[in-house]
Amino acid sequence: MSAQPPATPGPTGRRRAGAATAPGAAGASGGAGASGGAGAAGAAGASGGAGAAGASGAAGASGASGGAGAAGGAGAAGVTSGTGGAGAVGVTSGTGGASVTPTTGVADGGTGMHDPDHLGASSAPGSASELTGTLRLLRLAARRDRVVLPVWIVTLAVLWMASIASIAGLYGEATARVQYAVTVAPNVVARAFEGPIFGTSLGAVLMTETFGVFAVLTGVMSLQAVVRHTRLEEETGRAELVGSAVVGRYAALTAALLLTFGTNLLLGTVVTLLLLAYGLPAGGAILVGLLLMGVGWSFAAVAAITAQVAGSARGANGMAGAVLGLAYFLRAVGDGLGEGAPSGVAVISAWPSWVSPIGWGQQARAFADERWWVLGLFAGLVVACVWAAFVLTRHRDVGVGMRPVRAGPATASRGLRSPVGLAWRLQRPAVVGWTTGLLLAAGVFGAIGDEVDAFLETSDELAELFAGLVESGELVDLFVVFLMGLLAVAVGAFAVQGVLRLRSEELSGRVEPLLSTAIGRARWVASHMVVMLVATTSMLLLIGATSGAAFGLVTGEWGERFWGWVLAGLVSLPAVWVLAGVVVLAVGVLPRWAAAIGWGAIGASLVMGQMGALFDLPQWVLNISPFTHVPAVPAEDLEWLPVLVLLAVAAALTAAGVVALRRRDLVT
Amino acid sequence: MTSTPAIHVAGLTKTFGPVTALDHFHLDVATGEVHGFLGPNGAGKSTTIRILLGLLRRDSGEVVLLGGDPWQDAVQLHRRLAYVPGDVHLWPNLTGGEAIDLLGELRGGLDRQRRAELIERFRLDPTKRCSTYSKGNRQKVAIIAAFASPVELYLLDEPTSGLDPLMDTVFQACVRDVVGRGSTVLLSSHILAEVEALSDRITIIRDGRQVESGTLAELRHLTRTAITVQTRSALAGLHHLDGVHDAEVEGTRARFEVEPDAMATVQRWLADREVVALTSSPPTLQQLFLRHYGQRLTDAEVADDPDGGDPATGGSAEVAETWR
Repeated sequence: MSAQPPATPGPTGRRRAGAATAPGAAGASGGAGASGGAGAAGAAGASGGAGAAGASGAAGASGASGGAGAAGGAGAAGVTSGTGGAGAVGVTSGTGGASVTPTTGVADGGTGMHDPDHLGASSAPGSASELTGTLRLLRLAARRDRVVLPVWIVTLAVLWMASIASIAGLYGEATARVQYAVTVAPNVVARAFEGPIFGTSLGAVLMTETFGVFAVLTGVMSLQAVVRHTRLEEETGRAELVGSAVVGRYAALTAALLLTFGTNLLLGTVVTLLLLAYGLPAGGAILVGLLLMGVGWSFAAVAAITAQVAGSARGANGMAGAVLGLAYFLRAVGDGLGEGAPSGVAVISAWPSWVSPIGWGQQARAFADERWWVLGLFAGLVVACVWAAFVLTRHRDVGVGMRPVRAGPATASRGLRSPVGLAWRLQRPAVVGWTTGLLLAAGVFGAIGDEVDAFLETSDELAELFAGLVESGELVDLFVVFLMGLLAVAVGAFAVQGVLRLRSEELSGRVEPLLSTAIGRARWVASHMVVMLVATTSMLLLIGATSGAAFGLVTGEWGERFWGWVLAGLVSLPAVWVLAGVVVLAVGVLPRWAAAIGWGAIGASLVMGQMGALFDLPQWVLNISPFTHVPAVPAEDLEWLPVLVLLAVAAALTAAGVVALRRRDLVT
Repeated sequence: MTSTPAIHVAGLTKTFGPVTALDHFHLDVATGEVHGFLGPNGAGKSTTIRILLGLLRRDSGEVVLLGGDPWQDAVQLHRRLAYVPGDVHLWPNLTGGEAIDLLGELRGGLDRQRRAELIERFRLDPTKRCSTYSKGNRQKVAIIAAFASPVELYLLDEPTSGLDPLMDTVFQACVRDVVGRGSTVLLSSHILAEVEALSDRITIIRDGRQVESGTLAELRHLTRTAITVQTRSALAGLHHLDGVHDAEVEGTRARFEVEPDAMATVQRWLADREVVALTSSPPTLQQLFLRHYGQRLTDAEVADDPDGGDPATGGSAEVAETWR
């Protein structure tokens, strides 16, 4: 992989998950949502995550990867506890940054080195000086991300290894691969959920099964890294301090991009080496590494733009996340709308796949009739986006987005003048974003529910997974249980994000003026819990209804079937609340680890609850997940005991968390 | 001043891991007074105030706030007090006006008319989002929210940091206003002029300990008057007088400092030598303050800062010692 494209930053690219949290299938959605916070993030995360989870569920191999992804997400989250955490670390690094570059000589060296990459694009006059300090900032960024980025790369590498091993095990036989290909190619659901297939080689099957998921994860990693080192820096005021030193106008953005590009280069290299190690053809292995890198670079470049346009770091993450979600969605639509090739073992995707960088990665047909020229699309997109970002940088003030901040009301409305009003105001964007994304997913899934039989034929593993959920029942019922369980975990991710708001409010110091009024800590927690309870209830109700309605529209089956969908959603609520309770307890007892624990719980729920059957985990392990105990409505009758027990556990965890929170010092 | 103190803190100790933020700290604030709370950065002012607010929990010691326990009775007590932090963090997507209303309402309601009046006086645009406010403007939001609430006690933690001098004046007027209506103010600051202008009594904190407390007059008593004098007769022997410090005598001209108790004697002594010209600078809090923290200067910086070793620091080490 020595012949990689330009821009090889010296220091190891690593980034902290500051904003980021939880990569991994549905975990990924949580991550995007967490940092994005803004609605769009939720939406993007939700659709991307759901898609990813769907894909991973489809076969044992990527089922494993999805599960591990979630677990990996926990790991990444563990590194830093949420957005706010950035502050503490950043202060030190920020100060370091201030002392940056007393000598221009060093900085100019940096400029010279990186000039070809970005300057060509920026076409700015006197651009050499505008890049002054880039190298120093790059080292600062690499140093700050020295834990997070390695965790991402290692996690992704482990997932790749698991996927390769699993696919090699399942489809080692040529006949098995041919059978797989002939089932996937003509099936709309399989194409949309898993990805297009272009041949019967082991590598081709691997690409179909895994590339979409890894593309999403790589995108999340990349966009968060760029926003973290640009907009978030501005928001914390550190960029101002750094910018007052001998640092050029473009230095920060360039450093962020170089770090992210370098990280992706490393990731691509690792993936290529892994593929080679498993004996896959060198050409395909190199292409896949480059494609993954291309996806990462693309979303880094997209984030470079959203970081200029959005009103805040959260907003920038959210916008870029929405683009990522859209990219995944478009390729799913394009592949779904496509048709089987005459060979019977390949797909000709429709145009929407070609509007998506994730789609490009698949359309390059690695390990089949490889189209290397697709790499040019990535190059074009990256150059265009980076150029646009640099142009935007010139026209933007530090700390402000392109969109002017509108004036607002001079007085608070009646609704805002209470803790609950404030909590709703703070969580509203996330609620709207997550709801939009999840409803979109719910609608799509509901609409294809009637094709589930055909879908299940593509994978014995998925059939086994379904069978593991309940002892018996109609296939459609099983699909409802599976899907609603999955969406409920996504709602759980929203709940975790919502409750973690307690922690970010504390870390940001905003809770200090609030708690110095006549609002006690218990009431403060309660205000956010009320919003969480109402939002999760509405979301699951709407999700069930949307899926049910979409299913009804397609199949004409309403009545009991529709209510089955709705009930399957609602019955998961207590499990969602248990997760929220876990986070409250964590905020009370182990505040520093609250974010890690919250996202870890989501990852674990996904692994144990949804994918557990695939892994043959012992029952007692599965029992740890609250979702394991959710009655399998509508495949089985509604049992009240587990529901009540879950409610009690949720209440107890929350109460314990409040008690602990009332006993500890607040971070001030 | 009534007999029940608004704040009574005795033997208060608070540690953060290995760091002792407050070490048997004492503070008494009488009802109806403006109490200046002086100390350099990191002395423990904010920690004290956060313990008074029940945001932090004390390790040991006695803390009584408005007759209650700030940790146990936080909510009830908070209805009767208002707080302005030194570094105000607000919700970026709320407007200043919304934040004022929210904080006021959560405190138990605010005086709408007073709110409007304060917004006018502080020249705050309440329709702007908090994310677009400068530090000074965020500070104004908290100050307006606090003063628009008619409460018994105002806890102000370096409230004017970031305010321009004009707004400083408005702020001082507000403090006088609420005190005139019988409220108590604890004003933490490191701006001596502000404390001097407003405070009835002052407590000085250093390294988590109280080093001085008293009325302005009492504290002034501890400081010296600086005198420059020209006489007809030679001033030899001046520096032997009791209560005279740092005397620089050049024939008939001298510069020195004198303790309040020695003033009368020194005046008579000077009068005997026929004073031609005399200027005296009144004792300021500045000197007192410098003296408390001057020791650090003497230890660390005086060597390479001749001006730092001026009168205030000369005798400060010993004085500070006796105050321990």
